[in-house]
Amino acid sequence: MSLTIAEVEHIAELAKLGLTDAEKALYREQLSAILDYAATLQAVDTSAIPPTATGLPLRNVMREDAVRPSMPREDVLANAPDASEGYFRVRAVFESGD
Amino acid sequence: MTHYETIIGLEVHAQLLTESKMFCGCSADYADAAPNTHVCPVCMALPGVLPVINRAAVEKTIMAGLALNCTIAEEAVFARKNYHYADLPKGYQISQYELPFCRDGWIEVEAKVEAEVEAEAEAKRVGITRAHLEEDTGKLVHAGAHSLVDLNRAGVPLLEIVTEPDLRSPEEAHAYLTRLQQILRYLGVSSADMERGAMRCEANVSVRPVGVGEFGTKVEVKNLNSFKAVRQSLEYEVARQIALLEAGERVVQVTMGWDEANGRTVVQRTKESSADYRYFPEPDLPPLVVERAWVDAIAARLPELPDAKAARFVAEMGLDPREVAVLVADRAVANYFEAVVSAVRNPVSSRNRVSKYAPKTVANWITGELFRLMNAAGVGIDAVQITPAAFAELLALVDAGTINVNSARRALDGMFESGRRASDLVAELGLAQVSDAEALAGVVAEVLNRYPAEVASYRDGNEKLFGWLMGQVMRATRGKGNPAVVRELLDRALNVQR
Repeated sequence: MSLTIAEVEHIAELAKLGLTDAEKALYREQLSAILDYAATLQAVDTSAIPPTATGLPLRNVMREDAVRPSMPREDVLANAPDASEGYFRVRAVFESGD
Repeated sequence: MTHYETIIGLEVHAQLLTESKMFCGCSADYADAAPNTHVCPVCMALPGVLPVINRAAVEKTIMAGLALNCTIAEEAVFARKNYHYADLPKGYQISQYELPFCRDGWIEVEAKVEAEVEAEAEAKRVGITRAHLEEDTGKLVHAGAHSLVDLNRAGVPLLEIVTEPDLRSPEEAHAYLTRLQQILRYLGVSSADMERGAMRCEANVSVRPVGVGEFGTKVEVKNLNSFKAVRQSLEYEVARQIALLEAGERVVQVTMGWDEANGRTVVQRTKESSADYRYFPEPDLPPLVVERAWVDAIAARLPELPDAKAARFVAEMGLDPREVAVLVADRAVANYFEAVVSAVRNPVSSRNRVSKYAPKTVANWITGELFRLMNAAGVGIDAVQITPAAFAELLALVDAGTINVNSARRALDGMFESGRRASDLVAELGLAQVSDAEALAGVVAEVLNRYPAEVASYRDGNEKLFGWLMGQVMRATRGKGNPAVVRELLDRALNVQR
């Protein structure tokens, strides 16, 4: 298996998921299988191919800087689990973000 | 005691002044908007939406890069920066990583040379590692057991400008920020207003004993929301790190926040490595090929930058560099100054022709009298209702001897208040200068009669009293006497009758 339990725990933390030991073992297996499958691509010789950020032939897709109507707020908040005074309401966040 | 060298690098985020957001058509002007009213499926990250790049944001980024002497990339790619946070609806921020728009630039800042008795400014070059384009996050309002999320700011275009670790003191960091703000404002790409959150700063700070080649462990300081916070937090952090090293302890690599209320830095979290952000090219946005012709077209629109303007004012107008620094600090002030100089040189009517009013006089009137009025009223140059032509008319009245300088100040007060013309105010307030020698001779005689003791003392050699007597005559004319005529009459009266 290409992943260790420690790596699964790290990925779970980045994804903000709390996993049981049984789940860690299960996801280790499943994620490893995905990685191993993707690793078959490593066999392709790409030494003569320049790196690219995209497989699409598109470049420079841009729009003009014009304001368009936003959504009505009741629609914005319609699916929110919790809302208050026009805000989404979430559990208290203490740490500062990036 | 060991001497330490301070090493500072700054990361500045400046919101770009676009109409719409970075990747959708929602208005980017969120300042006075009710929460979550500038939000759409794209910036709230509903499934299935696609971002589309705002061309104006890209052009403003390239323009800033040119002004910061950067190399503009031929190919630029947006990247996903993955992290979870309540103000980030997508679970990632669209930013740039390996292929930013701008890299390897520099700007010059005024750095103080410590050794000089009188602090002397010297230009110092600060390297710009990169300047890239990304999107702002939403805003969190903390309310007890809950946090409230407003996504109006989410997706507003943000220019991130990263320096090399070239700054050697909190003062230099302050000087760099001041200059960067000035350049961004000249370009009109950002309001760069720190107090309103349009420009935000993070600092990487470390210290090392002088002579040591390696950098010390760096600490990141966030939440620097004012120029004062930048200077104070850096001073605090430098002192904290030196104290640790002096005590034989070591500096731990952490992220600190600036606690403005208590004047100290506090640990926010241990540093995540950049690998944890799992950057990868944004699959929703095709790369951008930046053609030379596009860059050239943007370069052609670059306004004259502060350094160039200052140099021109010195060269063309013979002004003093220190005086010029005050004039060019704000582009609008510099433009106003030039407009007044131009109005003085090319008056609308011959009545306003000024013979000897050099740019220096105009500069003095603006940085002295006009700034005094602006400061007292707490307004910027944009709120000044005196047109350049009206200002030139006032100076012409002084030049022609119609009013003296004291009266001109009073007229300027009125012009500032009401926007009325100098000539109207002079007539209304009776400010016209009295140059009639006969009338003034009467006033002089009257004053000399009133102060026989002072006159006698002057004639006994107390020459300082001349100025005092001059003042009494001017007061008797209610400030309207032509000083040159008064001086001559007083001199004749005091010295001929000896």
